[in-house]
Amino acid sequence: MANKQPPCAGPAQDLASDCPVQPASADPAANPLKTTRRDFLRAGGMLSMSSLMGTAALMTQSDNANAATEWAEHFQKNYRLMTPEEKNEARLRLERRYSDEYGKKVAVDTTEAQPGMLMGYALNIRKCIGCRRCVHACVAENNQSRGTRPGEKIEWIQVLRMERGKFEQEKMNHGYPEGLGIQVGGNAYTPAGQVLEGQYRYNPEKVPEADATYMPIACMQCEKPPCVKVCPVRTTYREADGPVVIDYNWCIGCRMCMGACPYWARRINVTTPVLPKEEMNPVTHYLGNRPRMRGVVEKCHWCLQRSRHGRYPACVEVCPVGARKFGNLLDPQSEVSKILERKNVFRLKAELNTFPKFFYFYD
Amino acid sequence: MQQLTRFAVDYVGYVLKGGSKFYAWMAVLALFILGMLYVFFLQNTDGLIVTGMTSQIHDGLYFANLVFLVGVAAGAVTIVFPAYAYHHEGMHKVAVLGEMLAITAVIMVMMFVFAHMGRPDRLWHMIPPWGIYSFSSMLGWDVMVLNGYLILNIVCGFYYLWCKYTGKPINNKWFLPVVYVAIVWALSIHTVTAFLISTMPSRPMWFHSMMPIRFITTAFAAGPALIILIFMIVRKNTKFWVDDSAIKLLTTIVTWCLGLAIFLTLSEVVVELYARTEHANGLYYLMFGLHGLTRLVPWFWSAVILMIGAFVLFLIPRFRNDFKLLPIPCAMAFAGIWIEKGMGLIVPGFVPTPIGEVAEYYPSFVEVLMTLGIWAFGFFILTILLKGAIGILLGEIKYGGPAAVAK
Repeated sequence: MANKQPPCAGPAQDLASDCPVQPASADPAANPLKTTRRDFLRAGGMLSMSSLMGTAALMTQSDNANAATEWAEHFQKNYRLMTPEEKNEARLRLERRYSDEYGKKVAVDTTEAQPGMLMGYALNIRKCIGCRRCVHACVAENNQSRGTRPGEKIEWIQVLRMERGKFEQEKMNHGYPEGLGIQVGGNAYTPAGQVLEGQYRYNPEKVPEADATYMPIACMQCEKPPCVKVCPVRTTYREADGPVVIDYNWCIGCRMCMGACPYWARRINVTTPVLPKEEMNPVTHYLGNRPRMRGVVEKCHWCLQRSRHGRYPACVEVCPVGARKFGNLLDPQSEVSKILERKNVFRLKAELNTFPKFFYFYD
Repeated sequence: MQQLTRFAVDYVGYVLKGGSKFYAWMAVLALFILGMLYVFFLQNTDGLIVTGMTSQIHDGLYFANLVFLVGVAAGAVTIVFPAYAYHHEGMHKVAVLGEMLAITAVIMVMMFVFAHMGRPDRLWHMIPPWGIYSFSSMLGWDVMVLNGYLILNIVCGFYYLWCKYTGKPINNKWFLPVVYVAIVWALSIHTVTAFLISTMPSRPMWFHSMMPIRFITTAFAAGPALIILIFMIVRKNTKFWVDDSAIKLLTTIVTWCLGLAIFLTLSEVVVELYARTEHANGLYYLMFGLHGLTRLVPWFWSAVILMIGAFVLFLIPRFRNDFKLLPIPCAMAFAGIWIEKGMGLIVPGFVPTPIGEVAEYYPSFVEVLMTLGIWAFGFFILTILLKGAIGILLGEIKYGGPAAVAK
């Protein structure tokens, strides 16, 4: 029987080579029952209370063809520990389920990181006009939850609107703290400059506004990501070509990564994401924009479904003023490398030693 | 083996029998537990949207209770330590009751973990060999030390009861070393829980090395405060007599751990508010509100009043020596710390968010019901565990004895 093989999961980073190659199973689309049985047997030892609850939920809909797929998904391994065959199986399973669910042909890409590639991003804060086309393009491209209830709507990019602020003659006598007489005067300012006290829910007639500057922010794809360190199941990790990704099927929803992120880049799916069929983007990547499920964390991944095939992320492509630059940090001829070489650049919250690969610069 | 079956049969038979007061108490708790099961079902079909948590404030009432109850579990060591390290006579008699409380608290912590998780059906992902254990994650360490503590307390507590039941002498050769390990382990569970939140520079309100000692002092105040209350109830409702000396020592421990906790809180207030950097925004939000959002302000000040009030009452001899009045400051200290270390510590860590957004959190009905249900479940098993333990200590459950009947 197939389940004579020992389970391959373990604490090591990459055990794929230790795993005996499993016989390629029949195409799950052709024979869903067989998959169910095999995975059921393999799961024999995993029957914790939690699994039982999940299985109970699945049993009730066993006449549904999707049940077999969900069953198999429930017991699949951490993506990094899967053999190429298992990855392929998982991919086929998902493609079948998504295509069925969204009524169109959905492709789930599993392209790996290419050698010689380290993705980097640079953003010209002088040029940003705060139009937020990047935000909307990102939502459309990456299948984020639309929704209207609190916490249901998810956007990975925030464009912070910051007031320019100024020192004023009339305020020369304003003290702080006012009324206590500890410090009088010397408080003629309103907040100014790049502080993280901006507002990303703004609704102007037109942009840019005279009294504001804009600071877009999203996942910084840190070289030393604090979110990866705190993950108790290692479901989030840095890919070899740079982006920090999440295996949505392995995430337990503990939200430690969200607490650890100094840039508020991560979102929790508080419910099943609201994703209308007609708006669903069928070109997806396994570690990227494939539709997520309830209770898992998600974040920006620099559009792996695009960037692994030599295309720009959606936000870079849509930016009307060319403020966003993306490229290979290892290639000295790339735009990003040239910016790092010639411009004044800074990293956000550099004092935290997270070493973002997302740089801000100005002309 | 036959002895073991008899032990199980006698134990279960004893704890199942009781007066109408006992059954009424258990029935009320069961109602809350049913409510908890219902909201747990809701949470795992609709998702966390039924709670007040969002991507801005993603740890709430559940995490707060989790942190607090780890402290209660660790607090049991305030009985075990004097009993075994100082050979305190009164404490030694009741040490096993402390272990029962620790078992209960750890089980409640695990239930709050379940309630907190977005995908509790995937919990096995963190348990080897099926899942992956991460040594770099504080949450991983926390789960490990908590489970270890649970096992240590079950082993110590039930081995002791087993010996009392069979009348065999305790084998101190291995029992005492395990007890000493359990004592140190108690400190470790709360230290690791403090590290869980204090190792995140992204949350400046938590990012200070005072967190572990604050956790320990508040734990060693709230834990024994609860134990004193339980001992009062035990003295009143059972034939078992908890010595005055044990309660007096616990009172002293509560008083001075509470005093230290207040001191540490005040130190933090001075350090943070004197410089008043952006990193003090969380504390400022907690104390006075931020940008007009003030939901936590009453919580904070009620915690301050309860804690300082309890401390003052403990210092008044009339209160601490009169066992009729003693429950008042104990309940105040317990409630004050529950607020200060729960909602008052966890929620302001998220306000403002790392990008400066100020949001508010308030627990939803689902969260309140779930929390009440888990506490009810805790009291449910605590009642059973204490009843069984007291029955054995009294000699009402004994190997070869007549089928015992509880009062």
